[in-house]
Amino acid sequence: MSVIFLLIPLSIIAATGFLLAFIWAVRNGQYEDTATPPMRALLDEPAMPVKKPDLKKNLERTEP
Amino acid sequence: MQTEYKSPGSKVIFSEESAIKTAACCHCGTACGPTPLVKEGKAFCCQGCALVFELLAENGLSSFYELSENAGVRIAGMPKADQYLYLDEPVVRERLVDFSDGRFTRITFRIPAIHCIACVWLLENLNRLNPQVGESRINFPRKEVALSFSSDKVKLSDVVTLLASLGYEPELKLADLDARPKCVVSRKLWLQLGIAGFAFGNTMLFSLASYLGLDSASEPFFHKIFGWFSLALSLPVVIYSAQDYWRAAWVSLRQKLLTIEVPIAAGIVAIFLQSTYEIVSGTGEGYFDSLAGLLFFLLCGRVFQQKTYERLAFDRDYKSFFPLSVVRKGKTEERIALSQIQTGNHLILRNGELIPADARLIAGPAVIDYSFVTGESVPVEKQAGDYLYAGGRQIGGAIEVETVKEVSQSYLTSLWNQEAFRKEDRDSLDNLTNEYSQRFTKLVLAIALGAATYWAVFNPALALKSFTAVLIVACPCALALAAPFTLGTAHRWLAKWNAFLKSAGIIERLARVDTIVFDKTGTLTAASGGLVKFQGSALSETEERALFSMTRHSTHPLAVRLGYTIAGNHFPETVRSFMETAGCGMEGQVNRQEIWMGSAAWLQSRGLKVASATTESGSAIHVAIHGQYRGCYVLQNALRPETDRLIKNLSNHYELALLSGDNERERARFTEIFGAKGHLQFNQSPLNKLGFIRELQQRGKTVMMVGDGLNDAGALKQSDVGVAVVEDMSAFSPASDMILSARLVPRIDAILRFAKSAVRVIKASFLVSAAYNVIGLVLAVQGLLSPVVCAILMPVSSITVVGFACLATGWMAKREGIGAEKEVSV
Repeated sequence: MSVIFLLIPLSIIAATGFLLAFIWAVRNGQYEDTATPPMRALLDEPAMPVKKPDLKKNLERTEP
Repeated sequence: MQTEYKSPGSKVIFSEESAIKTAACCHCGTACGPTPLVKEGKAFCCQGCALVFELLAENGLSSFYELSENAGVRIAGMPKADQYLYLDEPVVRERLVDFSDGRFTRITFRIPAIHCIACVWLLENLNRLNPQVGESRINFPRKEVALSFSSDKVKLSDVVTLLASLGYEPELKLADLDARPKCVVSRKLWLQLGIAGFAFGNTMLFSLASYLGLDSASEPFFHKIFGWFSLALSLPVVIYSAQDYWRAAWVSLRQKLLTIEVPIAAGIVAIFLQSTYEIVSGTGEGYFDSLAGLLFFLLCGRVFQQKTYERLAFDRDYKSFFPLSVVRKGKTEERIALSQIQTGNHLILRNGELIPADARLIAGPAVIDYSFVTGESVPVEKQAGDYLYAGGRQIGGAIEVETVKEVSQSYLTSLWNQEAFRKEDRDSLDNLTNEYSQRFTKLVLAIALGAATYWAVFNPALALKSFTAVLIVACPCALALAAPFTLGTAHRWLAKWNAFLKSAGIIERLARVDTIVFDKTGTLTAASGGLVKFQGSALSETEERALFSMTRHSTHPLAVRLGYTIAGNHFPETVRSFMETAGCGMEGQVNRQEIWMGSAAWLQSRGLKVASATTESGSAIHVAIHGQYRGCYVLQNALRPETDRLIKNLSNHYELALLSGDNERERARFTEIFGAKGHLQFNQSPLNKLGFIRELQQRGKTVMMVGDGLNDAGALKQSDVGVAVVEDMSAFSPASDMILSARLVPRIDAILRFAKSAVRVIKASFLVSAAYNVIGLVLAVQGLLSPVVCAILMPVSSITVVGFACLATGWMAKREGIGAEKEVSV
């Protein structure tokens, strides 16, 4: 039975960990918008830009 | 062959004529018309769309178009270079941004154009298009983007220009200058709930052993240590999670009221003190699990009731309608913030722009649409020198005005100085729960004292115990849950149907309504979609198409409405030498046909014989082709479908009234509908309307006002339940308690019946919870209330009440057909 002296603090530490995670999530504003993150999960990073000789920028620079 | 087109109004048009078959724009999906702009083998409807497409392709953002059909937003016109410069004015800038330290700025914009997943993706990858823009985050339900940028390298106006050039023009209104309320409340509620839930779960684990009799005989030590753990866990619950109950109970006691929070607070105190005593003295294991459970359930109820629809704003005032900037004409034309307007400034107002302050017309001619302010449905013509009231909207060409008053002193603004707008929102303490609580609390106290006295005489040891036991068991958890869950469920059912409430508590007020006041224009009559009849010699298919093409070039509301109605299966053709004369009509050539459309007087002035149209209720557009008078379109202000039935049904149970800013021309028609008992008032100013409602209330009536537009704003605010009718859920609506989709106006009777049913469900739930209280009390007065009984009784009673409330409300909603025809929410 003495194992319980180890188990009780462990269980409380684990539970407190979850509580802290919850508090962090709420403070982080995760409960305020529950619709956008599921969309975000489906999105990929954009592909690397195709670098063309940037004529526009050159033009802009020549303008006074 | 059939081709599907999407017109700008996203109304699907079918056409069988292959001659006008065109591609949809690669960017926005709009039909490109007969002459699309082709770039790199792709068709575009306009230069703007093509530019955005190129820009995205260059920056590796082409997958935007793979994410969603019709991902792009039609580019109405490229923003001008100086259009947003006023945003860089320190006065404006500082009040718009959320945070700025000189090098780095954070700002939140509302962008109504956000509509799909592709928008989220593009706007969150903005830094690809401008590396100075840092992180950007979208809040999709609120259609907001929060972004940060290096303000030492890029100006705010540049960021806004970038957004606008992509089609995502931020909505910048006068109200944005006010501090945005942060939603700290809901965060706190979530934290309170989380902590109560945490304590509830863990104390349950500690208590379970003792309930099952596992420890008491063998290890009294565990018994003790579990008790102390439970006590420790319950401290944050009592101190933090129960905070609102302490505060509310204290407030109501000071006001000498017995609201529901009083017995709840008393129960919590009783449980906590009794349990602490038992733990400290080692005489028992306490009721800490019940305590945490009680708060957990109560807070669940509050979270459930607190559902709000963030994309809708219920508390808009005139500032939300006014733009943030206007064009001032000095030596040059410059865009200035509205707050910078002084009397005597010359302003340029273009088509569709709002007059921000009372002004005098300098150069016209102006056609001002006051429908939003006065409810008058027909725009008025003004000549140079005429006085223009703030809030009107210019239709047609640009006009120049000279301001006579400042924004804050103008006609429309003065409405907001009324008393009705200053009064705080009635925090409804007079709701059903508190009404019931008055009697309930007194009864419970009487029973507790009775039990204590009885035991003091017969067995003094039990006196205190039975007193606290009564308070504990009578702690009205189930009772407090009945209303939140019933109202919360009703709130959700109504929202499914596109009837949105400011808060769930409005339902109780709806059930008490005994007088209903309607606005006419836009509420009982549809602003568009009325009956359109053509009188005269019949038009051929091609002629009608030509007329339709003409209407597409005008912004006059009548022309827009006519165009919308006769759109049918026409595709617009090119109009040559188009000319619109404000207040008169328009002329142009379509397909070599010379077309004149406009008022009777205008055609007469061109030497045509015009038949007098029968316009007893509505307006007319007269048509001439090749100088030959052909007839006229009569546009009736149509009643919404089923209005007759609605008014007849309501008049059996409610006192009805109609207030209109419009003139008397439709009195006969409405007298017929409202019958002899209805009050009909025409030519009502916004202040008259407000006064009328106040008068009714002074006679002891509970008034519901159904209206739209700013002209009803005062009345909506003054009434007990203000219902704003909107054609489009994302459109503006004045401050109100309920936002109702125009489609649902004929179902107002069903909504009122449903509100009454919901109140009946609450009352029935009170009975259910009372039954549990009686069982508990019978046990408590005998001193038989053990922690295990309490731990079972409390959740079981709560769950029964919650289940009953939700199911019964759902059933009532089905019976009224609410939510049956679901509408995709915007």
